[in-house]
Order: sequence, then structure tokens, then C-alpha cells
Amino acid sequence: MSSAPDLDLDHVAKLARLTLTPAERALFARQLGDVLHHIEQLGKVDVTGVVPTAHAFPVVNVWADDAAAPGLPVEEALRNAPAQREHMIVVPKVVE
Amino acid sequence: MTKETIHGYEAVIGLEVHVQIKTRSKIFTRVAAGYGFPPNSLTDPVVLALPGTLPVMNKAALDAIIKAGLLLGCEIAPVCKWDRKNYFYPDSPKNYQITQYDQPICVGGQVEIELPGPARNVMGEHKKVPLTRIHLEEDVGKLNHGATDSLVDYNRAGTPLMEIVSEPAMHSAEEAFAYLTSLRATMIFGGISDCDMEKGQLRCDANISIRPAGETKLGTKVELKNLNSISFVRDGIAHEIKRQVGVLERGGALVQETRDYDGHAGTSQSLRSKEMAHDYRYFPDPDLMPVEVDDAWKAKLRAECPELPFAKQRRFVDAYQLPYSLTSVLAWDRGLADYFEQAVRAAGPDRAVAVGNWIVNFFLREVGERKGSIEALAARVPPAAAAELVGMVQSGELLGNAVAQVSSAMFSDGAPPREVVEREGLSARSDAGELEQWCRDAIAANAKALAEFKGGKESAINAFKGPVMKAGKGKADPKRVDAMLRKLLAE
Amino acid sequence: MSSELHFKSIADLSGLLENRQVSSVELTTAVIGRTKAVDARVRAFNSFDESGALAQAAASDARRGAGKARGPLDGIPVGLKDVIAVANQPLTASSRMLANFVSPYDATVTVRLKDAGAVLWGRLNCDEFAMGSSTENSAFGPTANPWDLSRVPGGSSGGSSAALAAGEAIATLGSDTGGSIRQPAALCGVVGLKPTYGLVSRYGLVAFASSLDQIGPFARTVEDAAIVLSTIAGHDPHDSTSFKAAVPDYRAELKQRRGPWRLGIPQEYFGAGLDPEVNAAVQRAIAFYEARGCTIKEVSLPHTQYCLDTYYIIATAEASSNLARFDGVRYGHRSKDAKDAVDLYFKSRSEGFGAEVKRRIILGTYVLSSGYYDAYYLRAQKVRTLIRQDFLNAYREVDALLTPTSPAPAFKLGEKSDPLALYLCDIYTIGVNLAGLPAVSVPCGFTGGGLPIGLQLIGQPFQEAELLAIARGYEEGHEWGQRHPVL
Ligand SMILES: [Mg+2]
Ligand SMILES: [Zn+2]
Repeated sequence: MSSAPDLDLDHVAKLARLTLTPAERALFARQLGDVLHHIEQLGKVDVTGVVPTAHAFPVVNVWADDAAAPGLPVEEALRNAPAQREHMIVVPKVVE
Repeated sequence: MTKETIHGYEAVIGLEVHVQIKTRSKIFTRVAAGYGFPPNSLTDPVVLALPGTLPVMNKAALDAIIKAGLLLGCEIAPVCKWDRKNYFYPDSPKNYQITQYDQPICVGGQVEIELPGPARNVMGEHKKVPLTRIHLEEDVGKLNHGATDSLVDYNRAGTPLMEIVSEPAMHSAEEAFAYLTSLRATMIFGGISDCDMEKGQLRCDANISIRPAGETKLGTKVELKNLNSISFVRDGIAHEIKRQVGVLERGGALVQETRDYDGHAGTSQSLRSKEMAHDYRYFPDPDLMPVEVDDAWKAKLRAECPELPFAKQRRFVDAYQLPYSLTSVLAWDRGLADYFEQAVRAAGPDRAVAVGNWIVNFFLREVGERKGSIEALAARVPPAAAAELVGMVQSGELLGNAVAQVSSAMFSDGAPPREVVEREGLSARSDAGELEQWCRDAIAANAKALAEFKGGKESAINAFKGPVMKAGKGKADPKRVDAMLRKLLAE
Repeated sequence: MSSELHFKSIADLSGLLENRQVSSVELTTAVIGRTKAVDARVRAFNSFDESGALAQAAASDARRGAGKARGPLDGIPVGLKDVIAVANQPLTASSRMLANFVSPYDATVTVRLKDAGAVLWGRLNCDEFAMGSSTENSAFGPTANPWDLSRVPGGSSGGSSAALAAGEAIATLGSDTGGSIRQPAALCGVVGLKPTYGLVSRYGLVAFASSLDQIGPFARTVEDAAIVLSTIAGHDPHDSTSFKAAVPDYRAELKQRRGPWRLGIPQEYFGAGLDPEVNAAVQRAIAFYEARGCTIKEVSLPHTQYCLDTYYIIATAEASSNLARFDGVRYGHRSKDAKDAVDLYFKSRSEGFGAEVKRRIILGTYVLSSGYYDAYYLRAQKVRTLIRQDFLNAYREVDALLTPTSPAPAFKLGEKSDPLALYLCDIYTIGVNLAGLPAVSVPCGFTGGGLPIGLQLIGQPFQEAELLAIARGYEEGHEWGQRHPVL
């Protein structure tokens, strides 16, 4: 974080599976640049030896016993599917 | 050991094996897990990653992986956590996989393997393949690719999955084969997975590289995928090693790539490298709490750990003096090994080899011929019946040449051996009166031989035996015939 | 006190229902009528199911008639932010992505409200996927502030605060990731409670930032907030982050806890950027507590200046992953002209998400991406520890902290177009989410222009009973909450 934020917007948008219009691209580059610039100040905090907080109130071993419960009937499971066939979800061709 | 070399090259192989854990419900929600159900009939809001859904760990999946770790000598991490592996793919409902990234639950460990010996009945060399780690994660759904589109079935999504990663420490296709054979047996013995590769319960990817023999640096790694049977693993790896040696011998260079092995054609082809660069953006899953494994939990699971095949083999040799060839059959199926030991317990330890032989020669053959299961046949013919049968032979009550007949009757209707022997009149001691009558008839019919015997020609007794055996139609035990004849001749 | 049913409190209405002075059908009809009269201007609702609500009301009346009423919420119309799942009802998160989505399941809070006999009334507008501080980021258009229709109601739960302020519901639920309950409560002049992280189940809440999100009530009074909280709080086996502890009857607890309290005033919350009228109102509140015998102590939360950055790293990182599931495959918007599966993702997501959501997904993706994780996400998690520690240190000396809820009253619709300027609306509320603490905003006055001002009280973990009692202590001496906007 000592160096200036080097946001490769195209690469990151690709990772996030988003296509930006040229206008969005220009706007986001400026706005995210501002935000990242603001965020830079976090680099000033001395975090030596500080344990990261993943959960505000961590407890361990939260689980359930292995008892099978009924799930959704297939019609309910596919109720919101944009396209379906033979009780399966249709997606455009998957190119490896 | 001496490493196998091909044209001066040595192969280095590491395997990444995914094993589905046998649980009733999925890993992060309680809808049933299973194989062979109608498409999308094993889902719920969590499996489908509907907005608002949250994961809850399945305790049984944790028990299973800890058990696997203990069986394989791994160190069980005192604390582990869950991470999200972010990538988009239609078989992944959340577009991230919950897995364990930098804190796997099992670290280290090894898989004991046995390489083929010089002959079937001679033990081969044993070796320990070190493991890097085992972690727990969720399985994805299944894509059915069509010509113009694909269909997604999420039944498999969320099935608990263990990823077992070996060190790059194997050097031949045979070692990889032995590794998988042993690993598979360990999982099955532990009740962790059925490891049916046809059902995708065990899936294997291999990382293969070659280097000039004696070199310590690793060569260019190729990942081989779709090795979906144990023999495809062996064939695919052998094929890949040969391919790599061929490329280098022709003066070519190897590229790091992923190749798809077609086991039926025996060929492999490069998978077009994904257009998207991989950046999984791992981070701790905020929806799940860490797991802490204490000594009491480990001790409880350790107590449930079964003896593994190689240990069983060694014990069977020591305790029962079984030959290696018998142990290599009896110790590799938990049900069969239990059956054997129960039968030995009933028959007595001095009959262990006879019991083992009977199991291999009759019981297992029957399982094979009927394409049945060991368990089903064991239920029809319990170990005590096997012990009784062996005992009857050993005591001379049943003749060796009648065992096949008695066994097959036992297998077909589950009748106890004694009942079969009586029903079919096969007892070598069926009727002392009958035997005496056959002997008297034989003596009466051959006055010449009687005279010779009385005259001191010991061997003349043999002249009576043929007719007695003939009259007995297989029930006459030669030893008892001899004894009866001597008794009558002495009168 | 207003005589109109739709402006009454749960406490009053449950008495009227119990004494048969009013039926749930009458009450629900009044709320529906009010909604139809004003919502064209307030635009608090994304959708409502009138006949469904009346059927629930009739069922409640029947239960009551049979002597089987289930408690103070039985028959009371409660609105839900459109990020909380109700079976067989739309769930849009105010996004084009989910415009046609119908939930096949109930959120845990929904189940609990249904079990308590509440009449579930409508799906309330919010910023898309709860990302925003003004409810202007809704794909279905902004909600207006009932006190001044040219102004924002706050956000992201602006529909929930506006509907309540306008008399379109008796209580509502919202969700709070960085102030999304408290800030709109302040801007609309109602009570808004963000519970301790883990007190209320998140199962069925469309996730924004998993480690920060909490569902909580908007209510006309602190007592009403206590009633709703008692209904929705408590351990849920479907949420692994749900806290395992018995939940008290918060309403009953209110009567037991009378102070005086030790209140801490964090100096960092009163610096530059604080509107003078807001400051004056909060100072009067401090003086009020002092006059009631409370100890007022200035405290310091030294890492306050890092809250905003820490928040935007953690919240966007989690969001980038949580929102990956919106891909047009199993549900939600699917682009019509995708040539293959990868293209489907790009097109569906780019068409389905609005600008703020895209901005946050990109920021979150970036801070998690290879080479940046340690510098951003991991560092933010460490700073989060320090921020949390600041609060816990302060609680060695005080029972609760007292601050403004929002640095300024409601601003004009469209006034703030710069994301960073909008992010600064949350500077007093964000630290609470990072530390996982409970906090409540109560009305504490009006600006000269007639805009509500909110007072924030920040409590100790799982000490909602005490926190609500402190808030009630202020409310008892004031009538701010009993004013209603003229529409
Ligand atoms: Mg892997
Ligand atoms: Zn894996």
C-alpha cells in the first residue's frame, strides 16, 4: 500500500465478470481512484502483532448433525430458472 | 528402491485425489446427498445458492476427514478454517467453492503401497508415499454438455469432498496405481467413502513431469485430467510419461499444460488453456466459524479406526501362518477379512489355512460367479457354517472330494453343512453297519485274496478295497475302509 | 397523540386489539388505505400484496376471537425491506437482477414474525443490494423523505424508515451493514436499532457483507423496537454466526432498568463535517442525560479515522464474493444474447447490476486479487481488531456511547453524486458494524427547516436490554417521535 494504487480496471472487471461501457470505465477509474487514494492511509496504521478479526464474536465448532431433511421439490427448485429442460437448467454452451 | 528409467529419464508423479465422503446430508446444508437420483431432486435453497442462504457445517464430514487423516498418519490441525475460492463456472452455484486454503485440517501423512512382486504369491516391495495435505471442500454440480447448450444438475453440488494431495514422490504408473489401490482401500475400510469411480466418488488428477535420471530439479509439469478408473490412471500416466520422453527425444520442449486423457482411445489431448487467468481471490468465509479439534475428539475417532489391509496381512501371517497369497486376498476386503477371522475363531486357529483356502476357493468363487456381494453370501452362509464345514473335512467326516458339492448346496439354500451332508448322504461315517456289510461282501467274494492275506501276504488286503469303494459310491473313507477290513480279517 | 390508527405504536395498538376496540382487518385496511394515499409520493414500497395482508389480518382476528392471540405483534402490519425473503413473495433487493425473483423460502426473521402473528405488509425499497446511504441506488427509483419529499430518506433501508414515518406500516425491518438502519431512522425521525452481530439470524437476508450485516427493527418508540427485537432475536441453527444465548423479553427489561448510566462521548465523533444543528441537538441530549443524573465522560476511539477505509475494504471484498451468485444461470436476470456461458456471465451481470453495485464489486474484487490481499483485506481485518478494541476499552469506563447518528440531516435527492461524499454519510455508524456492537438511533429534534435529527447510542455486545433502556430514558423526556410529517 506504500505505492500508489495501480488498479487495472479491465483485468479486475474481467475477474468480476463485468463489462464496463467506455463511460462507466472512465467514471469508475476516477471514482475508484479517489476511494483507493483515501484507503491508502490505512497503510499508516501500525498493525504489528495484531490478530485479524474475521468474526466479531468468534466461536468454534458450529455444526449440525448429519440428518437428511427434505429439500425443494424440483418444480420449486427450478421455479426461478430463466431456462430449463428435462428438469435441468439450460445454459449456453460451456466453452472449456 | 531403484527408480525405473526410460531412455535415461525418470518420471515424477504427484496425485490429487478427490474423494466424496459418505454422509446422509450435504456438507453445508441438510438436504440428502446421493447418486443416481432424478436431476435436481437433491437441492434446497442453500444448494442452489438462493439469495439469503447460509452454510452450516456437517459434523459427520468433519469426523470422516479426521478419521481419514488418522488412518493416513496425518497431523490433525488443532484449528482450521474455511475459505472461499472464487471462480465462475455454471456447475458452481455460488460461483465460489467453500474449501480450505492455507489451514487444511490434515497435514502430512503417508500412503503405504505395495509394488507388484516377482510372482503373484510373493510379496512385492513396500513403500510409503508422503502426503502434502488433505482438506475438506464441497463438490460442484454436473454439467451435461449438448451440441448447442449445456444442462445443469445440482444434485451433486454440496456433497462433502476430501482433496488428498500427495507429494510428487511417485516414479511410475505402477506406483500411482498401487497408491490409488491402497488409498481406496483405506477409505473403504474406514467407512469414509465407497470410492466407486464410476459414480465419481473417487476422482484423480495426476501431475507428471520427467527429468534426466539423477537430476533433482523438477521438470515441466503436465496435469492429466479425467483419469476416471484406476486402470485409466495407470494407462494414462504410462502414456504421458512415454509422450514426454518422446517429445524430449525428438528435441522438442514440454509446455506446462493440462491434458485430457481418453482412456478408451488411450490418447490424450491438450485442453485449451482457459482464456481467463486464474485468480481465485481466496479469503476466509465469513459465514462459517473455525473448527477446533481437541485430543478427546481425535481419541474418539482413533478408537473407531479399523486395521488397514497391510497391517491385516502382516497379522494374518503372524497369527495364522497364512501364506502371502492368501493374505493378499483375505486382507483387502474388510467384510471378507472379518468373515475369515470369525470362521477361524469358530474352527480353531490350527484350521486357519484350511478356512482361508476354503474362502478363496469356494466362497469367493461363488461371489464372483453369482456377481453377488460378500455380505449377502456371508449372511446366507455364516462364518460358523464355514468353520463347521472345514472341521468336518479335517475330522474326516467329510471327504475332500465332496466339499464342492456340499459348498454349492450351502450357497444355494443356506443349509448348514451337516444338514447338506446328511440330506445328500455324503458322510464318510454315515453308517458303520453299511461299511461293514460292504467289507464283508468284498471279503466273501474273493476267497483267493482272503487266503493270501491269511497266509501272510499283507498287500492282498488291497484287493478288497476296490469293490468296497465302488459299493460306497464316494462315501467310503479309504482310511476307515482299511480299518474295517483289518478288523474283519482279524476275526 | 395522533388519533389515526396508522400512526399509533405497537404498544397502543396491541392494547386496542386486545380490548376489541379495533380489529386487525380494520388496522390493516387503514394502513393499506394510507399507503395507497401517500405512496405515490413517498415511493417506499417495491410491491405489496393487499389481499395477502388482509387474509393474514383476518386470520389474526380469528385467532384472537378464539382466545389464541400470540402476543403484542399479533395482527400488527409489519413491512420488510426487500432484501428479506418471504416464501412465495417477490424478493428484488431493489435490483434489476432480481426484478422477477420469487422466493421459495422464508427468512428466519420472517418465520418468527409469522409465528408471532404479525401481518407481513409489503416489500420496502432500498439501495440496490443494500449498497448506499440514500435509497437512490434502487433500480426501481428513489424513495422520498416523508418530511420533505425533495430529500432522501437515508439508506440503504430508506423504504423501511420512510414507510414507517409516513404511516404506511406500524413497524418495519431493515438491514444494517454500515448504518443502513440507524442513518435512515435518523433522517426520517423514527427509532432504528442495529442489534449486536449474531443476535438476529441472517438466514434469508440477501447478503451484502456477511461479517457486518444485521437485521433490525424500525419502530415509532423504543418500546416498540423492544417488542420487535424480542420476536426476531435468538439463536438460529441455519446461521452459523448466530449467537447461542437465551434472549430476554426486552420490553419487560425496559421497565427494570432505570439508570443512572455512565455515558461516553467519543471526541472523534464531534469534529469537522458535523452539521451545527445536529451537533446542537446532540449536545442538548447530552445535557438532558446529565440533568437526569447520568455521568458524562469524554472518551477516545483513536482508530475512528480508519473506520471508513476498513469498512470499504471488508464490505466490498465480501460483497464481491456474495454477489457472484447473481449470474443469470439458476435465477435472476439472464441476458438474451449470450453466445456462450462465459458471455452469459458478463452480459447478465453487466445488465442486471446498477452502477454502485458494480463499483463495489470491482473494488472488492481488486482488494482480494492476487498480490493485494495482504495489503488490503488482511490489513483491514487487523485494523478492524484495533477499532473493536477501542470500543471495548471505552466500555471499561462507560455503559454506552453517545454520538450523532448522521453528520447531517437529509440531503436533497440527487445532491450527492460522488461516491466518496456519500460514503462519508456513514462515518458515525460504520465503526459499530466493524466492532459488531448494538446501536440505536432515536429522534432527538428537528432542524430549523423541519428535518429530523437522530441521536445514536452505542451499547455493549448483547446488552440490547440496557441500550434500549438508555434510549428509552431519553425518549421519555421528549416528544420528537410523536410528530408526524404532513403528507
Ligand atoms: Mg486442487
Ligand atoms: Zn478440490
